[in-house]
Amino acid sequence: MSATVRPKTSFVTTPRATLAPRPPAVSPSERGTPAVDIRGFSFAYGDRQVLRNLEFSIERTAVTAIIGPSGCGKSTFLRSINRLNDLIPGTRHQGDILVEGRSVYAPGTDLVALRQRVGMVFQRPNPFPKSVFDNVAYGPRLNRLVSRRDLPDLVERCLRQAALWDEVKDRLEEPATGLSGGQQQRLCIARTLGNQPELLLMDEPCSALDPIATQRVEELIFELKRDYTIVIVTHNMQQAARVSDFTGFFDRGELVEFDDTERIFTSPAHERTEAYITGRFG
Amino acid sequence: MTTSLASEPSTPPDVQESRSLELASYGDRVFRWLLTLGALFIPVLLGFLVYELWQGSRLAIGEFGLSFVTTSTWDPVAEEFGALPLIFGTLISATIALVIAVPLSLGVAIYLSEFAPKSVRQPVAFLISLLAAIPSVVYGLWGIFVLIPLLRTTAFPFLRDAFAFLPLFQGPIYGPSMFSAGIILAIMVMPYIMSVSREVLLAVPDSQREAALGLGATRWEAVITAVLPYARSGIAGAVILGLGRALGETMAVTMVIGNRHEIAASLFAPGYTMAAAIANEFSEAVGDMHLSALAYVAFLLFVVTVLVNAGARLLIWRVARGSGIGSKAL
Ligand SMILES: Nc1ncnc2c1ncn2[C@@H]1O[C@H](COP(=O)(O)OP(=O)(O)O)[C@@H](O)[C@H]1O
Ligand SMILES: [Mg+2]
Repeated sequence: MSATVRPKTSFVTTPRATLAPRPPAVSPSERGTPAVDIRGFSFAYGDRQVLRNLEFSIERTAVTAIIGPSGCGKSTFLRSINRLNDLIPGTRHQGDILVEGRSVYAPGTDLVALRQRVGMVFQRPNPFPKSVFDNVAYGPRLNRLVSRRDLPDLVERCLRQAALWDEVKDRLEEPATGLSGGQQQRLCIARTLGNQPELLLMDEPCSALDPIATQRVEELIFELKRDYTIVIVTHNMQQAARVSDFTGFFDRGELVEFDDTERIFTSPAHERTEAYITGRFG
Repeated sequence: MTTSLASEPSTPPDVQESRSLELASYGDRVFRWLLTLGALFIPVLLGFLVYELWQGSRLAIGEFGLSFVTTSTWDPVAEEFGALPLIFGTLISATIALVIAVPLSLGVAIYLSEFAPKSVRQPVAFLISLLAAIPSVVYGLWGIFVLIPLLRTTAFPFLRDAFAFLPLFQGPIYGPSMFSAGIILAIMVMPYIMSVSREVLLAVPDSQREAALGLGATRWEAVITAVLPYARSGIAGAVILGLGRALGETMAVTMVIGNRHEIAASLFAPGYTMAAAIANEFSEAVGDMHLSALAYVAFLLFVVTVLVNAGARLLIWRVARGSGIGSKAL
């Protein structure tokens, strides 16, 4: 299969499904199903096979860490969940990924809706050169999530959730690019929350931050997992051990091991996992 | 150098090193002076240019003063000169050029940097840069032999019928006209605006696109709401570059504008620009006053160019500064 044609290429004025603000609490009937279900998923850039037959589930309102050596396909995996890889020509995939029970790769999937439901935080903070307010309001405006009147409330709520409100409440109209790196990354998290996502993907969100900013983001992740399902890729073993409930170890595009974080870090089942977390390779 | 043996004399290398350092710093100083001189050369040249223009136009300035810019008579025989139609023509033709060229160039630049298949991007960008290398007299000839006949038989009658209520599109259609000049200018400045804005768009980091797409933007929305705002000051620079070209272009304009010292409401009527008038009349000017009037025009062209550029820059500075603030994007 070649790069999937985006179903929607129309202009700004396309009507979108108006989603009422979704209460983060999850109904009991949903509790049984995993938040993300990866079913025999493989992925290739042209001839280069990067993910091989992944098969595991990600639990709701928990933090799942993905660890593994550089180039093993962690970013590719995250970008497969919100289909950001579609932009790259010549990619192929097999199998499927279900987010909250809905297929990501079924034909006719609405990518706009998918990416609104699945938020992503990138390795380097990438705020828009707009005001702090406009950054957080970007998603809700784009996806017509709330009325203009309710926007300031939503922005404040997201900034509070991202533990940034107190630092920026007096400079909402100032350019976001003037914030420090750590603040920018928390702003990017707030911007993602603005879309009221079901799932948060974080690709090494702290790798460009200093230790103090890193700690703040980790605390934030800990807070957010009460309401959100979080998948975080990290190079930092301590970070994975600190913030996550579950850990998956990837090597060369395969899922070597997936288990409780505590189990992975105390008694991994596989030798490769142990070698990696004790720093003997990778 | 640090591992010198005890038996070896340790001073010679040090001496040599300090001497070569001294030499280098001497070289540094010379180099700096040369560069400073080079940099000073530009303002000096500019000052000299202004002074010369001023000197050349003193006769006309003494005779007509500021009324030169507010009157429209241009009569070399009676030695009466007023440059208003020339200033008008310069500004209007450049405006027409930008109104046509900016959206088209931006569209092409966006297509090339965001949507075109890889195999199309380079060849088209190369062809566009070739367009910029065509001498303007060739554009002028093409204007006379191809563009004007085409406009006279198709576009102009259509516009006159469709927008009959607008004074802009009324009156007899000659062919050579303000509108033809604007279109030729648009074609001539497009390569510049296009290739510079393409470069600017290519310089927008992919992380900005990914941020927008990751938040649920379509590719178009990502361009409109993230890529273009990020690139706005660079694109504005591209437009200013095009504007500068349009204001100063001479040869092609004089070949298609009709060269008449008149202000007309209709874009179908012939006009004139400052640059075109100088080029056309300088060699045939007889009287001192006529020559001096042309130098005055040149001086004014200089002033207008500086003013328009400064104004555009100020505007952009405001926009670039203002749009980061205020929650009214989208
Ligand atoms: N756009 C791309 N085109 C081709 N190959 C890619 C592309 N992006 C990543 N890869 C390759 O896929 C492999 C996995 O990359 P990635 O998912 O970024 O790894 P990780 O995030 O684990 O370091 C790497 O070998 C990389 O070279
Ligand atoms: Mg990566």
